[in-house]
Amino acid sequence: MEYVSLFVKSIFVDNMIFAYFLGMCSYLAVSKNVKTANGLGLAVIFVLLFTLPINYLLNTYVLQPGALKWLGPQFAEVDLSFLSFIIFIAVIAAFVQVVEMVVEKFLPSLYSSLGIFLPLIAVNCAILGCSLFMQQRDFANIGEAAVYSLGSGIGWYLAIVCLAAIREKMSYCKIPKPLKGIGITFITVGLMGMAFMIFMGIQL
Amino acid sequence: MAQKLKETILNPILKNNPITVLVLGICSSLAVTVQLKGAIVMALSVIVVTGLSSLVCSLLRNTIPNRVRIIVQLVVVALMVILVDQILKAGESTYAIDKQLSVYIGLIITNCIVMGRIEAFALGNKPIPSLLDGIANGVGYGLILIIVAFFRELLGSGTLFGLQVLPVSYIPNNLVILPPFALILLGCIIWVQRAFDKDLQEK
Repeated sequence: MEYVSLFVKSIFVDNMIFAYFLGMCSYLAVSKNVKTANGLGLAVIFVLLFTLPINYLLNTYVLQPGALKWLGPQFAEVDLSFLSFIIFIAVIAAFVQVVEMVVEKFLPSLYSSLGIFLPLIAVNCAILGCSLFMQQRDFANIGEAAVYSLGSGIGWYLAIVCLAAIREKMSYCKIPKPLKGIGITFITVGLMGMAFMIFMGIQL
Repeated sequence: MAQKLKETILNPILKNNPITVLVLGICSSLAVTVQLKGAIVMALSVIVVTGLSSLVCSLLRNTIPNRVRIIVQLVVVALMVILVDQILKAGESTYAIDKQLSVYIGLIITNCIVMGRIEAFALGNKPIPSLLDGIANGVGYGLILIIVAFFRELLGSGTLFGLQVLPVSYIPNNLVILPPFALILLGCIIWVQRAFDKDLQEK
């Protein structure tokens, strides 16, 4: 039951885009049509689902204060948490690189549809942000971390596909010239964010 | 030469502003604009990180192999961010702000402005112009951050820097504190800028 609650919460209440503005750059740049938005969204879910548990394990067994206890009592005092930024981003960048190579080798059709988005993901704030939130929230076990990452990924996917659909329709609208393009997109995202606010405070 | 240097410094602040024109680095910028103080600390941190990492990457530009350059750049940026984060944590008055900014200091690593400037400028230019370019882009970013934070703090809490500015009878508008309003405000800033500068309008 806790898992379900965490899952729903991370999709709707703590939505990466509308509550924390994470992954905004690629969110705005790649939401011009639904098809590409779909590809990027799926790639984000996939990368998030794997990098967060890896980072969780690293955080628990290497980085946290006292995490190195399993090496012996003399390491019980070691605190490596100041290294967490560099380790997390290295894991993410390396994972993205590996996935890119594997997909290119074994699944060429998937590669051609996802290809350009994979390298973009290494610098997507949603991925690193998720790892940093994981560190802040102290999840009890790796299952919780995995559920949280899946929920956050799906929330991001949902948000980008919705925005892409709205923008496709909006291209037929008459918009004041200075507001055209990125200006109206910001306002649209703001209004969507307000709609998502209704989920605030939901208790499961 | 002097003309080119001047352009390097002035362009990112208005004509090529990283937030309103290039639409980079929105991720971290909007969440920290509820209060002016946090926004200013964030702006300074970004200026330091963009400036220094552009400088370092420019110094290393002839030794970085092309294939692994993204990872090398990320490591350099992450190093700078760790420095800034540790300095903020060490200061007595800045510790509270660091707590308030929470993950967003760490997220400067993936701030597209930093990577974007390294890719677009620092890898092809000498160290000193790269340093200036990084700083100028940081300033352009900080400027927008401070404008947004000014309106959000003024309308949302009736204060500036925590001091009461509007009369006490003013009822704070809670909508302004919520995240979506930052986006709408930014949309309006872009609207105003493009209304004055016709070259930036989209066809």
